[in-house]
Amino acid sequence: MSPSSPTHSPGKQGPPPSWLAQQLRLWLTLLAVDVVIIVFILLISRQDPWLTTVYATTATFGCALTIQLLLHIGVRVAGERRPGWPPWPWTMGAVLIGTLIGYTLGGLLGNLITGRDAATPLSGLSRQTLGSLMFALVPGAIIVWVFHTRERLAAAEAQAQQAQRLAVENQLRLLQSQLEPHMLFNTLANLRVLIALDPGRAQAMLDRLIGYLRATLNASRLPLHPLSEEFARVDDYLALMAVRMDARLQVRLRMPPELADVPVPPLLLQPLVENSIKHGLEPQVAGGRIEVQATREGGQLHLAVRDTGVGLAAAPADGTRFGLGQVRERLQTLYGTAARVDMKPASDAEGGTLVTLTLPLSPPDATP
Amino acid sequence: MTAVTALIAEDEPLLAACLKADLAQLWPELHLVAQAGDGAQALALALQHRPHVCFLDIRMPGMTGLEAAQAMAEDWPAGTPFPLLVFVTAYDQYALQAFDAQAVDYLVKPVQPARLAACVARLQARLSAQASAQAPAADALQAAVDQLRGLIGSAPAAATPPPRMTVVPAQVGNLVHMVPVDDVIYFEAADKYVRVVTAEREHLIRLPLKDLLPQLDPQAFWQVHRGTVVQARCIAQARREESGKVTLSLVGRPETLTASRLYAHLFKGL
Repeated sequence: MSPSSPTHSPGKQGPPPSWLAQQLRLWLTLLAVDVVIIVFILLISRQDPWLTTVYATTATFGCALTIQLLLHIGVRVAGERRPGWPPWPWTMGAVLIGTLIGYTLGGLLGNLITGRDAATPLSGLSRQTLGSLMFALVPGAIIVWVFHTRERLAAAEAQAQQAQRLAVENQLRLLQSQLEPHMLFNTLANLRVLIALDPGRAQAMLDRLIGYLRATLNASRLPLHPLSEEFARVDDYLALMAVRMDARLQVRLRMPPELADVPVPPLLLQPLVENSIKHGLEPQVAGGRIEVQATREGGQLHLAVRDTGVGLAAAPADGTRFGLGQVRERLQTLYGTAARVDMKPASDAEGGTLVTLTLPLSPPDATP
Repeated sequence: MTAVTALIAEDEPLLAACLKADLAQLWPELHLVAQAGDGAQALALALQHRPHVCFLDIRMPGMTGLEAAQAMAEDWPAGTPFPLLVFVTAYDQYALQAFDAQAVDYLVKPVQPARLAACVARLQARLSAQASAQAPAADALQAAVDQLRGLIGSAPAAATPPPRMTVVPAQVGNLVHMVPVDDVIYFEAADKYVRVVTAEREHLIRLPLKDLLPQLDPQAFWQVHRGTVVQARCIAQARREESGKVTLSLVGRPETLTASRLYAHLFKGL
């Protein structure tokens, strides 16, 4: 029944239709509905074509205008949570009441045009007017339902596209931040020294670097990997840092064996561990300790990254927030509200920063 | 001529050992007098040993190599030659541009032997030129000060400058004094704190000076020393000293402040 409605083909998204185009589409739809109603009435009953045309048209447009007005008010009242449409109960109410008012006004207008005195709901609800009213409800409800559903689908699709774009951007940023040149070249500089000094240790360091690089380059391809793998990668990174920082860095990793197979997004902990080093321990002359710990609490996985570094007050806010924001976005894309990120000063005397992640033990239902 | 002395400041032990070994091979006459693992230590050791050459890593804990060099230029005793500075960095693209113009030399990690040899040749040429010209030490210091001044502004600015501060919240116990910025005569770094001095009294805040600075109006508040920021309208007089430093007397406070060599150019009369 809807005329020339442009279908939203996936992958191709034009600019949103202008107000004029929207109105044109609406009025054309109404005209088509009007014609269908007139033809329908003329087919099932042998009414006078002229009178049928007048009353059907005034009723159709009366209902349409009133329903639109009520919907408009509804949007204003409900605020702009979902622009374009009020909540469902209001929409249904608008269709019911709008049809009643619009049908009555349309009938009165029809009487004015034809000079007749046809019954309207104002002159009492006879069986005939009630029947016509029920009949009038159908097209209004269908039109509203069709428009509503179509816009919702379009909005959902736009949202899905936005989410996809965000995911790609995140992967790119993750990759960029992990292949940080400063870290890479400093590591290579250390490796270069070790080759001459202690070939065995150099080889071990190179293996760590290989593991780290492979994981970084693969991270954007796999949606999830086991927690044991995640801890192995964190271990690689911290081992590289330990060669560089020597006695200034102590590491403590704790993962209960029963959590080894829990699926987690790859390199989720990486930005947090990196923050701890870069903003917590590196600026501190004496260095310090970093602890990464996994625990199970209820049906959820808790991951904690804690350092004994300079703490939140001293660290530049922008740098830390970037890594944390990245982790938060990734978790939200995958788990929605089921995951949580929290950063606060460590509560004991050693000071430093504590970041905790809470996420479901089971993988997200749909992997995008 | 006495032996050429050097200081190495590098927080990563392996890299420090490597630079030391490479230098020993390329420049056997060079005498390493001190080795520092952080910026503050580098500053203290440089002032103590007064080496001819300093190799400074940029990213070090506590104080960066750049900050250490600036502090050295501020505190260097007049009459002794200022060291030739070589900055060492893994990757600092902004700094590198500045170094091209300003530093004696800079090295990129991993340091290639050929590159280090070129650096050594450059340093040797500089040192022999200094020795034969018998240039007064003050000139060399002035040259270093000019170079470092160029580097001060070269650090990349934050993407979004923080909002201007109008009142300074200074906590004393459970009480927070709201000190209007305009009443502040000067800010002075003191260990982990910053002293906020007004005409009537002073407060302590925990914000480091370098985090406070971007929140102040640079027209109204002038940095005159790495540890001092003064409200320009509260400076009554500036007197130039022999050492190249400038002594500032204040409106509303009896004490004087010292503007370091790096900032002395602010007080050139028109």
